[in-house]
Parts: sequence; C-alpha cells; structure tokens
Amino acid sequence: MTATTSPAPPGTEPGGLPDAERRTPRRRPRAQRVVERGASRVFRWTATGAGALILIVLAAVAVFLVLKAMPAMTASSDELVDGVSFMRGSSSLLDYVGPLVFGTVLAALLALLLAVPVSIAIALFISHYAPRRLAAGLGYVVDLLAAVPSVVFGLWGAIVLAPAVQPLWAWLGENLGWVPLFGGTVSPTGRVIATVAVVLAVMILPIITAVSREVFLQTPRLHEEAALALGATRWEMIRMTVLPFGRSGVVSAAMLGLGRALGETMAVLMIISQGFLYSFLLLAAGQQQTIAANIAAQFPEASDLGMSVLIATGLALFVITLVVNMSARAIVARRKDFSGAN
Amino acid sequence: MKLSLHGRVGAVALVGALALSLAACGSDDPLDTAASGAPGAGETTSGETSTLSGELDGAGASSQEKAMDAWRAGFQTSNPDVTVNYDPVGSSGGRQQFIDGGVDWAGSDSALKPEEIEAAAARCEAIDIPVYISPIAITFNLEGVTELKLAPATVAKIFRGDITSWDDAAIKADNPDVELPALTITPVHRADGSGTTKNFTDYLNKAAGDVWTDEGADDWPIQGGESGTGTSGLVQAVQAAQGTIGYADESAVPAELGKVSVKVGDAFVAPSAESAAAALAASPRDEERGEHDIAVKVDRTTTAAGAYPVILVSYAVACLTYDDQETADLVKGLLGYVVSEEGQAAAQTAAGSAPLPAELAADAKAAVDAISVG
Repeated sequence: MTATTSPAPPGTEPGGLPDAERRTPRRRPRAQRVVERGASRVFRWTATGAGALILIVLAAVAVFLVLKAMPAMTASSDELVDGVSFMRGSSSLLDYVGPLVFGTVLAALLALLLAVPVSIAIALFISHYAPRRLAAGLGYVVDLLAAVPSVVFGLWGAIVLAPAVQPLWAWLGENLGWVPLFGGTVSPTGRVIATVAVVLAVMILPIITAVSREVFLQTPRLHEEAALALGATRWEMIRMTVLPFGRSGVVSAAMLGLGRALGETMAVLMIISQGFLYSFLLLAAGQQQTIAANIAAQFPEASDLGMSVLIATGLALFVITLVVNMSARAIVARRKDFSGAN
Repeated sequence: MKLSLHGRVGAVALVGALALSLAACGSDDPLDTAASGAPGAGETTSGETSTLSGELDGAGASSQEKAMDAWRAGFQTSNPDVTVNYDPVGSSGGRQQFIDGGVDWAGSDSALKPEEIEAAAARCEAIDIPVYISPIAITFNLEGVTELKLAPATVAKIFRGDITSWDDAAIKADNPDVELPALTITPVHRADGSGTTKNFTDYLNKAAGDVWTDEGADDWPIQGGESGTGTSGLVQAVQAAQGTIGYADESAVPAELGKVSVKVGDAFVAPSAESAAAALAASPRDEERGEHDIAVKVDRTTTAAGAYPVILVSYAVACLTYDDQETADLVKGLLGYVVSEEGQAAAQTAAGSAPLPAELAADAKAAVDAISVG
C-alpha cells in the first residue's frame, strides 16, 4: 500500500509509516507516561525485550564466531598447514577460505538464476492468471514445498536427480563444451555443482514465489484497470503495472532466497563431489565446495585448530549473508515508494 | 517380578557399599560408591552377574558405531542396570574428549600418539585396546564384473589417475578371463576426514610406495575427483555411475558392486573377516609401548597366505586406573565383554567385522583385566 498519503486514524498506533511520521508517535507516549500502566506496560516491555533479544543473539553469534576463529586467524601458515589435516594444498587461511567463498557464492547465484524466473512466472500465474480456486490451491502447494526438510531434498538430489540429470549434463558437455562453463570432463555420476544448483533452486523457489505473489497482489487495482482501459492486453498490463510495482519486492524476495541458498548444508553435502578450486566448470567433478557443507563434512574429525579454521570459514559465511541482507534492505529502501513488501 | 529383583540387587549393593565405605578410607562420596554395586564385581567380566549398575559414557570413531550398538545391547542385556552411551563424534573428537576427561572411554581408528598419551597423563595412564577389525573393500561398479584381481601398484595408479581406462594393459594382465570395457575409470574418495581413508592410503603408501608417495592420512591427498561424504555417501557415489571405483568398509558394500582381490605375495586375496584376521595375526605389536597399551603395526606388505592387508584396526582408549570403583568396574565389564569371543561374534554379526585373532584377544583380555581403581 502506498502509505504516504493515508493518515492514521486518530488514537491508534500507526505502524509501517515512513520515518518522519514514525518518530512523532514515539515521542508522544513518553509525554503520556502516566497513562501507560498494567498490561499495556508489560506488553511494551515484552515487545522491547523481544526486539532487543534478536540483537543480542546476533551479537552473541558474531562474538562467538570471532572468538573461536581467533586461533586460526592468528596462527602462522606453517602451524595451520601442519596442524590441520584437511587444509591439503592451501598455504594459508585465506588460501583455504577463498575457494570456499567462491564455491558458496557460485552455487547460490546459479540457484538464484534458475529459481527467480520460474518463481516470478508461478507468482504471476497465481496472482493474475489462475482461477481463484486453483490459485489458492497452488499457493498452498508452493508453501508446502518450503516445509520439506533440506535433508530430504539432499537425498532426492543425490539418489534421484543426479543420475537422472547426468545425461543432460553429458549432452551439454558434448555439444556446448566450447562454452567455458560446460568444459572439462563431464562427471559420470552427476555429483556436480550444476546439480546442486538445481536442487537449491527448488529449495528457494517457495520463498521467492510466496513473497513475489504477495507483492503482485498488492498492485493498485486502479493502475491495472487504467492499463486495461487504455487497451492493454493482460500481458501488457502486467508489464506496465504489476512488474514495475513489484520490482523491489521481487528483489528482496530473491535476496531472501539467496540467503537460504548460501547457508544450505545438507543438500550440498550429499550431492557434490567436493573440490577447492576457483573453477567455473559446472559439470566437472571435484571443482567446488560450499562453506556450510564443508563445515559439516570436516567437523566430526577436526582437531582444535581445525575446528577454529572451520569456524573462521563460518565467519566468512556470516559476513557474506549479512552483506546480502543489507544490500537487499538498501535496494528495497531506495525504492520504498513502490515497495509492496514493506 | 522385575521390581523385586531390583530391590534385592539394591539391598546387596547397599550392604556391599557399607562394607566398602567402612573398609576403605572413604575419599569418595559414599553415595557414589553405593551405586557401584557389590565389591568383587570387577573380578567377573563374563557378564553373567548383573551386579553392575550405573552409566558409562564413551565417544569416538563412527566406524565402531554399528558394532557398538551390538555390544551395548549384549552388555546391557546381561547387566540391565547399566546404561552405556556412545557418541560417534569421530576418532580425533573421541580421543580429545577422553584426554579432557569428558568421557570414560573413547573409540578411535588409530592408537593414541605418544604426545596424546603424554597429554592424557594428567588424567590417567591411557591404554589402547584393539576391539574392532574391519577389512576395507576396494569396490567398483562394472556391469557383470564382481571380482577383479589387482596388484597394489595398479590400485595406486588407478586412484592417482595414471590408469584411466578399465581395459588398461595392467588390469588386463591380472584378469585374463574378465571382459573389460573401454570405459573411463572414475575413482571416488571420501570427502570427509576418515580412518578408512587413512588406512587405505597407508596401504597404498606401504605396498606401492613408488606410485603412492603420500603418507597415510585421514584426508584424501589429491585435489579434485569424485567424492562422497561418509561411507554411505561414498558407496552411493560408486553406485551412481558405471566405471567408478572406491573404498569402503567391507560390510557396507552392497552385493551388486564388485570387490577387488589384492595381490599379496603371489596370490590374490579377497576381503573377508577371515583374511583380515589373518593379516592382523601376521602384524607385530608396537613393542615400544607399555605392557597393556596394545597398538598393532599393521604389516601392509605381508606375504602371509590368505592375509588381506587393507584393514582398519579400531581401538578402545581407556584408563589403566580410574578414580572411582564404579567407573572402573563398568569400563572393565564393558570392554571385557567387547574383547570376549561372545562380544566379537556379536560385532561380526552386526557389523561384519573380523574377530580378534586368539593371541591378540588374549593380550586384550589381559589389558582389560589390568584396569583398576587407583
């Protein structure tokens, strides 16, 4: 809703207003402090506490990561290479974290690339094309998809999808091998990052679809009807009104999906043949690995210093996720006027 | 019925505890001692009596997990008042927790290193007791082929990537009767750190040192290539395509996959409980260690007939002396059962491990019997 013009009814707490207006009511209760007592006061402090708690938890996680990663960050390269068995060919911590960050971002971006167009199409179908009853059912099914545990997606990816999709990868390698992405020896098992990306895409599909659908539904009716009245077809109407209106909402939906894809562990762990290279070969085995999956794989047999190295990679993931979320916020904030999501 | 039995056991325990606390100088909390059961429980390790009670915590190698389930079931059946916990956190995790005093005993795919024994000295004198011996099968996925004969150097070259096709002359030479396809070989290794990888690479290094120059280690030394996480992940990767080859605990390899018979001396030996036991019997003990600290130096280059040297020896790490009677009795009872013929048979049924050879079993039993309160 374009809230800028709608005045809040007197006496009620106006929520979700732009900053300028939000600041005034915050000052007001302070002046009327006498009035606020009993349940109202309890509720106020409970809400404040809950709000503070999330910050405390976030800070605690950050502190934990930094503290535990310290030994690895301060250790000399020799200590690391001698003391941590899984650091193989790496010569320093950065040398070890780098390829993992690369693999994580690559897998997540590929997943996003696959998921976003499909999600937008599903969301548009639900919001503007499907008959109402079908739309409700379909929306429900999409939400259900979000409830499938990632281990199940991992099992499905490793046992069903990887062998099934391998012939397609082989065909790509054979016919489009000159494209750098599809070069190298195509894995005969299908346990490659391309398969991982497909599974991740399926996993982030529900969240992107759900948010996009909500945004599309909030397109002002007048805009849509105006477009139709000017003689636009339904597709033109969507292109002229729904998509521009929902753009920033879709972006933030995509960022939410990206966040989930970045941190996904089990599905990646169960599917990928890991490698530690800066490699764009999507169909070759043993090229990339993601941070989360690597932590899960190496954690059980890690020594003290090894644990610290793993936590340092976790810290890197934490930072990446934070940056992604903040940039999503920034994008949404910049286009606030049109945002249906916020 | 059961309740009254418990009551009787409790009464006996109480009398025993009284006697104990009167006799001993009583540095321990008497309540603690009361739970430990009647004195003399430590003398019987056969598991016939059910005078043991309490809780025992262990952690360590996941390779022992299946066997440990069987041992726990067997031990708790004859000692219904005992609870045994085993957390399969991994070998190094288990050893670390043992050294730190977090668990009563640990399972580990390798014996304690000298520096670890030193670190554990703050707690107690640590000993290693071999409890679980398992053959590691080199397994492959080739339609219609269930057995291949390979020399160690050939295996090493395959996993190094020097031999890339199944119809390579080196493979053909040892398998004249097998029809081998002109298919690319896809070696699969473990993605996670693992005792299986360590023992397998140690075998390659010792038996084919000029090809496999890396020393045995928990982590696969070569970059790239197919991999799977955990034994099941690896087996699943091998199953996923034709022409793959990997290595896994023999008991975990499904029937449709082939197994390699490795060249030992002039013969080829297939992985089995018997051939693993034979290889262990041909391996010397590490003589530099204490009397009851039993570490086996597996002889990977043995030429003994029928010995399969690609084996994993997993240990129980325990204290020679415990602070309190209860823990000492429980550890003694559990490990006594584990190294007994009965316990080893249970593990063989449940996990496909090889029973301890007679000589080693006797040594292990002597070590368990030496556990005491100090």
